[in-house]
Amino acid sequence: MSEHDKDVDAATGVETTGHEWDGIRELNNPLPRWWLYIFYITIVWAVVYWIFMPAWPALPGMGTNTPGIRNHSDRALVAESIDALRSARAENGAALIEASVEDILADQDLRQFAMAAGESAFGDNCATCHGAGGRGAPGYPTLADDVWLWGGGLDEIQHTITYGVRQENMESRFSMMPAFGRDQVLSAEEITNVAHYVRTLSGLEEPSDASIAGQEVFEWNCVACHGEAGTGDQFQGAPDLTDRDWLYGSDMATVQATIYNPRNSAMPAWGERLDETTVKALAVYVYALSGSEG
Amino acid sequence: MTALKPTPPSDAQPMYKKREPVHPKLVSGKFRSFKFAFMALALAVYYGLPWIRWDRGPDAPDQAILFFADGKFYFGPIEIWPQEVYYITGILILSSLGLFLVTSLFGRVWCGYACPQTVWTDLYIAVERFFEGDRNKRIKLDRAPWTFNKIWRKVAKHAVWLLIAAATGGALVFYFHDAPSLAYNFFTGHAPTTAYVFVGILTFTTYSLAGTMREQVCTYLCPWPRIQAALTDEDALNVTYRWDRGEPRGPHKKSETWEGRGDCVDCNACVTACPMGIDIRNGAQLECIHCALCIDACDDIMKKVGRPTGLIAYDTDKNVELRAAGKPAQKFRLFRPRVIIYAVLISAITALMAYGLFTRSTFELNVLKDRSPSFVQLSDGRIQNGYAIKLVNKRIDPKNIRLEVTGIEGADVSLVGEEHGDLDVEIPGEGVTRFRMIIKIPENAVDGNDRLRIVAIDTETGEQDANFIPFSSPRRN
Repeated sequence: MSEHDKDVDAATGVETTGHEWDGIRELNNPLPRWWLYIFYITIVWAVVYWIFMPAWPALPGMGTNTPGIRNHSDRALVAESIDALRSARAENGAALIEASVEDILADQDLRQFAMAAGESAFGDNCATCHGAGGRGAPGYPTLADDVWLWGGGLDEIQHTITYGVRQENMESRFSMMPAFGRDQVLSAEEITNVAHYVRTLSGLEEPSDASIAGQEVFEWNCVACHGEAGTGDQFQGAPDLTDRDWLYGSDMATVQATIYNPRNSAMPAWGERLDETTVKALAVYVYALSGSEG
Repeated sequence: MTALKPTPPSDAQPMYKKREPVHPKLVSGKFRSFKFAFMALALAVYYGLPWIRWDRGPDAPDQAILFFADGKFYFGPIEIWPQEVYYITGILILSSLGLFLVTSLFGRVWCGYACPQTVWTDLYIAVERFFEGDRNKRIKLDRAPWTFNKIWRKVAKHAVWLLIAAATGGALVFYFHDAPSLAYNFFTGHAPTTAYVFVGILTFTTYSLAGTMREQVCTYLCPWPRIQAALTDEDALNVTYRWDRGEPRGPHKKSETWEGRGDCVDCNACVTACPMGIDIRNGAQLECIHCALCIDACDDIMKKVGRPTGLIAYDTDKNVELRAAGKPAQKFRLFRPRVIIYAVLISAITALMAYGLFTRSTFELNVLKDRSPSFVQLSDGRIQNGYAIKLVNKRIDPKNIRLEVTGIEGADVSLVGEEHGDLDVEIPGEGVTRFRMIIKIPENAVDGNDRLRIVAIDTETGEQDANFIPFSSPRRN
């Protein structure tokens, strides 16, 4: 713009931009200096940044982006941090592999390490089904009490975690309750009678004609696994039917449904997914949740 | 179209006053000497303190003063854990009360001698004087064109300023890490990022506050001058121009008589010496930091003109008024109500803190009940609750702790993993040991939410820490 083109606002003495809207003209005040300088600094900073840090995408012959002279990579830093964490844990981790689960539990330091590691591994892998703190849910055993399907000793817990329940590996905990109703082993009436009988075992109902009739059915079909008194068998994962703990529920309909078409639920073999240190830590943690072997 | 055009008022005053550079002239005298000596002491303490060692045993840091090392504060033999941070609050309260006490006695001596702003500004002015000469030369140099002489002096000054600023920031981070190893790591590029960031921040603040902003910090940024107006009174010692003696002022020739006029010869020595750029003869001012350099400047002149020194001196407002009214000045009153109140408060808080410090616990018991599951019922019908126990040992030596749980008859308490669930445990020194506690209680002894009391007892000293813990169970109808 040449000198005489300048449109100066009379009231303020400030040059205007020449834009006009409904008689209102925009003053062309200079930017505040502090603002302008910071703006210039950011430009300089941007240049410095792309010299040092990864910045420009895909220049020919430079791979995915310019690496910058610092060759910075967040991904590499994360990997480095994980390695550092692994080596920081190596000492205690190695001790966990060497020691037996009993020794880990008895040693104050190892126990604390295993409990901390076990708690976080439990939250990541087990709590989805067993609930936070092993509180359990229908079909998923509560781990904080003293009722154990496959045994509550340290070694037994470690075995169950490592090989899982009803998995294909040879060491897996395995048993199958027959589908008494679906496979027409028992009639509907027999199933109803034996369900009544089972409920009398833990005092959920008083003996009745039906339950007395059911006792005979029980003796013919159930004692092989659940025992003559119905106290279960941890070797076969057969639940104790005399206690107050019911995996799927204790109401009449649920018991009938279980006899008609058992669920035979499964648990993954965690030894195939987690390292030995983690499995041992989990065993110690799960044991400590209840503190009793049942 | 015709628009109403506002016109600016003709006597419009700018809202912003540009700073006029202050070039204090070097004076000599007892206050200048004391100020230099105190500056040397303050800087020596600040830079030197982190390097003092203090043996605390094999695994503890051996730095006498160390902040935030693993969250702990170390002051020589005293170790303060993060949960005891109220001792730090106490120290801050004591510091401010100490400041109040000193201010009510001797006015703004903090501002004049001890404040970091004063100390570092004084140091920066000394550097400036070294490269650019005293007041007159500096003023001349500022007005001079940019010759090589001016450039190298300015560059050298700013370089030394930046060095001092960086050293200041460096010294600060030494208070938060082991000083010798941090110093080594810092220069080899292995110090934590925070160290570099804080050195950077303090380099910037020191350079700008002491180098370029100087007296503006005291006048515009600092709240203390405002607070101090409420703390001083007419009995406090302040740097005072004794106008009762000085007025009427005016130039004086050697042959003239001193009769009928004041002692002030209006030589401006007090003004040129002032690092705040004010005239002390205008009376007490917010800007005045009471550094007493004008006293030295004035005394020097008084000796030359053959008048008694002390035309500007530490004096009380009350005495100036008394003398002006022809009455004798009072002796300085050391014991005034506010002085006594501050002193009593300081003693009381010190005693309280010392009592707390000497009787504070050597260990702590923290119990957290499991929230999931809140409780479980065992196969025998008993109700079981799980708890996470943390025993904090604040001493280096291991401790033997016995846990006792009371409140409900028939409670079966055990610690998972301890032999036979034993409640006697040994915990290592300097740290937190975690246990899992299981409590089993017969169903008929509990109802909904019950409360138990757990006590941890140091079996050697008998020291105890107790907690109430809840016990959850199904509510009986």
